[in-house]
Amino acid sequence: MRPNNVLGLIYSSSYEQALNQMTALRTIASVPFGCRYRMIDFPLSNMVNAGMTQVGIITKSNYRSLMDHIGAGRPWDLDRKREGLFLLPPYSVSGLSDHGADNKVAALHSNMHFVNRSQKDYVLLTDANSVYNFDFRDLMEFHEKKKADITIAYKNGIVPNLQGIMKLSVEKDGRVTKIKTAKSENQSPENYSFNIMIMKSSLLEDLINEAHMKERKHFSEDVIAPRADDLKIFGYKIEGYSNMASSLLDYYNMNMDLLQLKNRQQLFNRANPITTKVLDNIPATYGLNADVHNSLIADGCKINGIVENSILFRDVVVEEGVHIKNSILMQGTIVRKNSNLNAVIADKEVIINEDRYLSGDAVFPVYISKKATV
Amino acid sequence: MKQRKENIAMLLAGGQGSRLGVLTKKMAKPAVPFGGKYRIIDFPLSNCVNSGIFTVGVLTQYQPLELNDYIGNGAPWDLDRNFGGVHILPPYQRQKNTQWYKGTANSIYQNIHFIEKYDPEYVVILSGDHIYKMNYSKMIEYHKEKKADCTIAMIEVEWEEASRFGLMVVDDENKVCSFEEKPEKPTTNKASMGIYVFSWDVLKKVLIEDENNPDSSNDFGKDIIPKMHSEGRPIYAYPFEGYWRDVGTLDSLWLANIDLLSPSIGFDIGDPTWKIYSRSPSSPPQYLAESACVQNSMLAEGCYVEGNIDFSILSANVTVEKGAVIRDSFIMPGCTIKKNAVIEYSIIAENVVVEEGAKIGGRPEDMDVDKWGITVIGEGVTIGANSIIGTKQVIDQDVEKGAKYETE
Repeated sequence: MRPNNVLGLIYSSSYEQALNQMTALRTIASVPFGCRYRMIDFPLSNMVNAGMTQVGIITKSNYRSLMDHIGAGRPWDLDRKREGLFLLPPYSVSGLSDHGADNKVAALHSNMHFVNRSQKDYVLLTDANSVYNFDFRDLMEFHEKKKADITIAYKNGIVPNLQGIMKLSVEKDGRVTKIKTAKSENQSPENYSFNIMIMKSSLLEDLINEAHMKERKHFSEDVIAPRADDLKIFGYKIEGYSNMASSLLDYYNMNMDLLQLKNRQQLFNRANPITTKVLDNIPATYGLNADVHNSLIADGCKINGIVENSILFRDVVVEEGVHIKNSILMQGTIVRKNSNLNAVIADKEVIINEDRYLSGDAVFPVYISKKATV
Repeated sequence: MKQRKENIAMLLAGGQGSRLGVLTKKMAKPAVPFGGKYRIIDFPLSNCVNSGIFTVGVLTQYQPLELNDYIGNGAPWDLDRNFGGVHILPPYQRQKNTQWYKGTANSIYQNIHFIEKYDPEYVVILSGDHIYKMNYSKMIEYHKEKKADCTIAMIEVEWEEASRFGLMVVDDENKVCSFEEKPEKPTTNKASMGIYVFSWDVLKKVLIEDENNPDSSNDFGKDIIPKMHSEGRPIYAYPFEGYWRDVGTLDSLWLANIDLLSPSIGFDIGDPTWKIYSRSPSSPPQYLAESACVQNSMLAEGCYVEGNIDFSILSANVTVEKGAVIRDSFIMPGCTIKKNAVIEYSIIAENVVVEEGAKIGGRPEDMDVDKWGITVIGEGVTIGANSIIGTKQVIDQDVEKGAKYETE
């Protein structure tokens, strides 16, 4: 299969309630991650790196920040006359507002014309709530070799606590024989779907049309899972660092994982770069009192205090006498003199005034919402 | 009616920049990296855009590949335009008289057709080797007010340094009375910044006359301006205050980089109202390890630091291993500084590898000031383990393990 015969479809609003504080005003796809990225950069860059040339992003609500980030798709080389990037905002089909909350089936249904018009034989569907860097061409090759109807990328591990995540029983040859979607009680590792799947466009159309007629809502639970018996579904195991944001704590840990070289090397390898929107920040500046250890720092930061085990996004200001530990500070956060932060997640443009002391715990980080002043 | 532009800029980027030596072996001077994530040309280009000039011709001749590649379609500076935008202008073959650019004025002369296409009132002539922020539109306003044919940006320099510059004697109205080109005994400290605004109809006429003069060297400073002056045309000086540095030499390039670290210099490249744009590749964020110690420095994305850095600028994707020390230096993109290497008062060009324990450069405190100077390592060079590269050295080929290069 040629990668340019595969249409990319990214659903930008999956499992938003898992990060409900951060997604109150934005899609999960535009949640900032790892100093300078947003969640959507991962599926999008993987698609482009694999040679896919057309990608549609299905949006549901609150997608202004997503539009701002994506623009015409230039950072990903997707600003094209032919094909390229398409933002697919919600609209109602024949007067019925069927693009409702958490209804992926309706969202896909209302965008089937986009799939048809692309005239691509295959479609690769992803969500935008996970970070990974693997070659989608391997997934395509696997799909073709197995003559599968549907191939689902999965991971083995503790299943994220998300409604309707598919747990797969995978045979040695990769064949998926059974799919469970009920919440599992046990905390032992299982094979769970990473919600990256590839199939023929025509099959997607059939599945969606049928589901839409039957007024099904959940894509994984109602459309894919019941078909393990009669469709040839295969599982493709993801190797290397990958993670799915299923709670604020998960999100915190995902960021902290980047402090380990091994994880960074897998996620940000130079051959398959994760690309993001470029802002014209100056390089990070370190002052006379800067003391930074085991931390990731983005462009535009101005640091004149102590920073340990932390992730600082672009344009964060750390004044004199400040001590920051185990924290995630998003773009434009200002921490004024002599404040002390531990296990804090500060959303964009938060201001921490002088002499504040804020501490969460590694298992319960404090979240400060966008533009708040402490 | 024809679409036209009132102002256009022509950026002189064709010179070899021979005083930058090893740094301009494979690239033109304006393409030389600067300040962590910039190249020198980002400053005049960003100034153009911030001044509302969206048509820029870049005249190239010497080693244009890197520069062409960098400028591309001009998108990073918002200069990808339907009408106007940035254009690379190399010399080209014609029916007769095909020639290289003979001088700065000749390069503009050869591109009269390009300029005429936009039918401008005013043409701004810029150099590609200065670091500064300047609003050219204010200078054009001034040019109009004075009803000048030519306006030259002017800065007051230190008296001791004045003899290095082209100087101007001006009257109370800033009208230029006379020029002094690098005089031994300067009578003024008002220097030309090499930035000119011309009324296009006048410049065009003078350029054609100059071209027909076989004795002319076709240079703005040497021929065009003196000719206009002798013809009695109104030439005014536009006084500029603020940071401006010619980075035509290795010393000045090093100094201009170090200036970025000094708040007292007052040159803020982070000013949100006057952004400096650049084409920057997508690299992961910089990582400072447990053992890192970074102070008074500027680091670009993609850096990985385990060592000590003080008063230095590190460009994108530089790796500094444990125990390595970098002081008062400018490191260009992609370098690797291995364990316990020491770099002081140096410029390290792109993709240099400094092996373990090597020592590069030295501090002025530790020696006779006369013997001291910055050390420069050329692009792609490998400096062998435990070798010593003394102060003032310029290295453009690999150095073997344990070798010693010292200035007598």
